[in-house]
Amino acid sequence: MPRMTMIEAIRSALDVSMARNDDVVVYGEDVGFFGGVFRCTQGLQQKYGVSRCFDAPISESGIVGTAIGMAAYGLRPCIEIQFADYMYPAYDQIVSEAARLRYRSAGDFTCPLVIRMPTGGGIFGGQTHSQSPEALFTHVSGLKTVVPSNPYDAKGLLIAAIEDPDPVIFLEPKRLYNGPFDGHHDRPVTAWARHELSEVPEGHYTTPLGKAVTRRAGEAVTILAYGTMVHVALAAVEETGVDAEVIDLRTLLPLDLETIVASVAKTGRCIVLHEATLTSGFGAELTALVQEHCFYHLEAPVMRVTGWDTPYPHAQEWDYFPGPARLGQALRDIVETR
Amino acid sequence: MTSPTPLHFHVPEPASRPGGKPDFSGVSIPKAGSVRRPPVDVPPEEIRDLAYSIIRVLNHEGRAIGPWVPDLAQDELVAGLRHMMTLRTFDARMQMAQRQGKTSFYMQHTGEEAVSCAFRIALGPDDMNFPTYRQAGLLIAHDYPLVDMMCQIYSNEHDPLKGRQLPVMYSSKKHGFFSISGNLATQFVQAVGWAMASAIKRDNRIAAAWIGDGSTAESDFHAALVFASTYKAPVVLNVVNNQWAISTFQGIARGGSGTFAARGLGIPALRVDGNDYLATYAVAKWAIERARLNLGPTLIEYVTYRAGAHSTSDDPSAYRPKHESEEWPLGDPVIRLKQHLIAAGAWSEERHKQTEAEVHATVIAAQKEAEAFGTLHSGGKPSARDIFEDVYAELPPHLRRQRQQIGV
Repeated sequence: MPRMTMIEAIRSALDVSMARNDDVVVYGEDVGFFGGVFRCTQGLQQKYGVSRCFDAPISESGIVGTAIGMAAYGLRPCIEIQFADYMYPAYDQIVSEAARLRYRSAGDFTCPLVIRMPTGGGIFGGQTHSQSPEALFTHVSGLKTVVPSNPYDAKGLLIAAIEDPDPVIFLEPKRLYNGPFDGHHDRPVTAWARHELSEVPEGHYTTPLGKAVTRRAGEAVTILAYGTMVHVALAAVEETGVDAEVIDLRTLLPLDLETIVASVAKTGRCIVLHEATLTSGFGAELTALVQEHCFYHLEAPVMRVTGWDTPYPHAQEWDYFPGPARLGQALRDIVETR
Repeated sequence: MTSPTPLHFHVPEPASRPGGKPDFSGVSIPKAGSVRRPPVDVPPEEIRDLAYSIIRVLNHEGRAIGPWVPDLAQDELVAGLRHMMTLRTFDARMQMAQRQGKTSFYMQHTGEEAVSCAFRIALGPDDMNFPTYRQAGLLIAHDYPLVDMMCQIYSNEHDPLKGRQLPVMYSSKKHGFFSISGNLATQFVQAVGWAMASAIKRDNRIAAAWIGDGSTAESDFHAALVFASTYKAPVVLNVVNNQWAISTFQGIARGGSGTFAARGLGIPALRVDGNDYLATYAVAKWAIERARLNLGPTLIEYVTYRAGAHSTSDDPSAYRPKHESEEWPLGDPVIRLKQHLIAAGAWSEERHKQTEAEVHATVIAAQKEAEAFGTLHSGGKPSARDIFEDVYAELPPHLRRQRQQIGV
């Protein structure tokens, strides 16, 4: 089986989807001729022609707005917003239009649309190339929100998203594009090639939306993570020796509550981990759900380890980023709580 | 150097306000028949002047004159008159129904009936409109059932949209009428996307985008023009300039561009007398043909006047002179088409009265039928269960749990 980086896996998902279905079109800023600033669409224009993969004006509301019209027509657009941080001009189109079209027309018009966005920090991108706005999407009824943590899932989830009948926000942790980053920014970069989940089938397969996966089984505490934080969690577990169960959520909405509840009921402790800011972050929802569904199993308060409630700083990136040291401390604290 | 005069902040003001005399001296109106009709493949830069003029066909005597006289038979014009009269009567009945508490909200078209009614006739049956809330003529002139419109307004058990949408936010794919959002300008750019899709698929269908003068200030209007002109999308970009955005006069959105048609990023732009059914039809037909021939988008500004309130929630006497609508120099679309048909010998006061009575009877019968299915606060209602349907194609687990909580 070939080995792929996350970029190659995403490109492969687009390629497979475009080959199987003429209605799949791909566009965005620098997406056509150049193949995207992260090269996720490289070669697609040459292979499928300019009418199916093309450059768009620098207008996020225009990109999403036209894609909604295309989806209503019957196409399956899979569009790219260059950085999730640039999404805000399109937010009205996403929230008021894409998310509600099926509902407000009672199913007469639908919006099978995928919006891909690189997200997260760790590349010295400062406040405008580092944000994790997933909670702004999970708060909106009518959207599905997906965050892959590895090449295998990225491809399977992206194909599933493109084939889904509803709008899907597909957040790509950009620090994972080229390797399984575990938060140790001071160590040499690890390539995907040595990771088992970089083995990606060349053809078509899907990873179902709404299903979490347990990356590491454990008894002492449950860590709920997604995207880059899955790798941070695994590193912290190894370094602390705490026997934690690490759950990779993969899809934030619809959420696989069953897997979460089964795990926390077993361990009695839970840490919620994300890179986004703390207050009203997706961790707040996870914490509330764990409290509602696992209250009588809990032996310690649910903890959150997240980015601080500040804009994403430039020079102090690693002070902001919730890396293995911060999580490690939380792990030691939570297992000592009685 | 002498010290400069302090800066002055400029806020545009309309020609007159309540208590003042209506003043339309700023609206320059060319004679009917005086504006040339270029071929549809004209290079846009050769018709820049048309963005500053007003294409008119009907003169003061109701005669159709000049190069834009459309190829419409008299029975088609009679049908057009009937559509406008139906819309006007429909508005009156629904406005009253709102006052009687049968629904929460309503928006009338008074004075603007020609725009959507004539456009629909010019459009093909499979084309797609992305309308705002003041284009119900697109449905009425396409034989959408009045009863279904009313059931939507009443949010009753027969409402095609299951009670989810504010009144008048209709949706019917079959009738080429995209679901109305209620947020302004968002759909203008979606129409461009629909048109791009049609071109990508080598289809023959075109899209029509709709927006009001006020919402052209939204960034989505600009985005739509950029995408439409970049990809030469087969779309007609319609700006209905009815002079008033709730209480805000058109000068606030227009800025220094002179007219709304002039804001078109090099897209061919026409400005038309929106109260002239024949001119509106002819200009729409021109733009639709252009799109269909793969010549790209056209921007049309319909110069009209909102004779009524914005909605049932505002009172125009609070922001504009009381009798301003009577002074509107382009007259009333229904009266003008009626006058034209009479002048052409195809109509009479008697037939008009008779038609009025027929239209009235039709609308009232539809209203009775609709009210039998319930109104907002009485009779049959959509089920609470419907709240949870269609959020997604399949009900996800969290919505299933919430539906169980509500007990349906």
